[in-house]
Amino acid sequence: MLAEIQDFFRELAATSPHWNFIWIYDPVQMNRVLTGLWMTVKLSLFCLVFSVIIGIVGAWAQESRSRFLRGIVQVYVQFFRNTPPLIQLLFFYFALGQFTPSYSPDGWLEVPIISNVGWAIIALSFFAGAFNIEIFRAGVEAVPTSTREAAESLGMTRLQTYTNVVLPLTLRISLPALSANLVNLVKTTNQAFAIAVPELLYQSVSIWNDFPSAQKPTMLLMMICYLGLVGLLSAGMGQWERKLRIPGYGT
Amino acid sequence: MTNWTADQPIVRLRDVHKSFGQVEVIRGISMDVMRGEVICIIGPSGSGKSTLIRCINALNDIQAGSIQVEGQEVHGPKLDKLALRRKVGMVFQQYNLFPHKTALQNVMMAPIKVLKEKPAEVEARARALLKKVRLEGKENQYPGELSGGQQQRVAIARSLAMQPDVMLFDEVTAALDPETVKEVLVTIKDLAAEGMTCILVTHEMGFAREVADHIYFTDRGIIVEHGPPAEFFTQARDPRTRAFLDQVL
Repeated sequence: MLAEIQDFFRELAATSPHWNFIWIYDPVQMNRVLTGLWMTVKLSLFCLVFSVIIGIVGAWAQESRSRFLRGIVQVYVQFFRNTPPLIQLLFFYFALGQFTPSYSPDGWLEVPIISNVGWAIIALSFFAGAFNIEIFRAGVEAVPTSTREAAESLGMTRLQTYTNVVLPLTLRISLPALSANLVNLVKTTNQAFAIAVPELLYQSVSIWNDFPSAQKPTMLLMMICYLGLVGLLSAGMGQWERKLRIPGYGT
Repeated sequence: MTNWTADQPIVRLRDVHKSFGQVEVIRGISMDVMRGEVICIIGPSGSGKSTLIRCINALNDIQAGSIQVEGQEVHGPKLDKLALRRKVGMVFQQYNLFPHKTALQNVMMAPIKVLKEKPAEVEARARALLKKVRLEGKENQYPGELSGGQQQRVAIARSLAMQPDVMLFDEVTAALDPETVKEVLVTIKDLAAEGMTCILVTHEMGFAREVADHIYFTDRGIIVEHGPPAEFFTQARDPRTRAFLDQVL
């Protein structure tokens, strides 16, 4: 079955030189696509988790009684929200990357402690995290003060009130906006291409640089891959939203 | 006054002053509440009634004077808020239930999280409390699925689950339909009959007359007049009290 499909595309490439689906019949190119896709998935997952953690912790810090802490969060949010993610990536990798220590595995090579993949995860998490803070903050502010007072009057500490009452309600209020931001995050991961992170776009470009006849099919493939990834994420978030729905609450 | 004994006032207010910015809403209120007493605070809107009881469990701070609960100063630097709130339960006008938790979970949350009690024991107590406020069978409903009166009774059970010595009720029937007011009042009456110390801010004059041991009438941040209901409702001396009673009775 697979062999027949591969034969078909090998023949197609021979007859129509613009439609070389090389990664279907050439195992080396197929491997490039798969490792690229896997890297995109990994980048997305790490950034999703870290950016949500940044969002929750940041939204909590914004409520802090310490003016200093609130100030820091504010500066962070403004900085990352108001600069382009591509430039953040370059800045992290080329500017900050200069100052991080490196180690030498064999006495000759100097390997930085944080790789380009590491920097991509850091930069993109901070980027999406800044938006998540604002999203969660809006959710936190939508929880009525009276609900918190009820928790307080039952003897709960600020942290207990936050984790048991404010956060669960915030999450439900924020979920639609959070979904939108996480979808954007997945689509932004391909900017890590600029610092040579071997994700899907990087691998695709490598393929069509080596085989110009494969350019159109590879672009098509990329589109489909992103559609699939973002579709999965949206479906998952939708599922989560439905699962968290409270009978009789909200709409 | 750390050596407090049960024959002394359980709640003791002395010359309490409270301002919001420039506006002084409480201008020197003193009051003693003994164990087992039911106190009703009545008065026109904006007379500082709600603020006053919010000060008793430290939801609001005060500018001057003293509030003591079982001998513990509420507005001192050494206040142990957890200890205070274990003694003082509060029920709000808008119920303020946790909308993401069922009735049972609402009642169970604080004893488990705050008092670190065993969930199984808390659950038994919570079920008994819900039964006591006549909500058997509603344990697994969410607040959004309950009527106002039912929600308010869950809120009362939630507060009772912390086994407080004093209960504060802040206009708890003001947001309810006339038909459901009664079911909440009956619940409070049961509590009072069991000897729970209750401080209520209320507009239900008939109820106040029936259950209160003592009635305080506040206007513009001071206590104008107070007395046992029989005297208060029939022999009010102050013209402000009489004007108010003429309007509401």
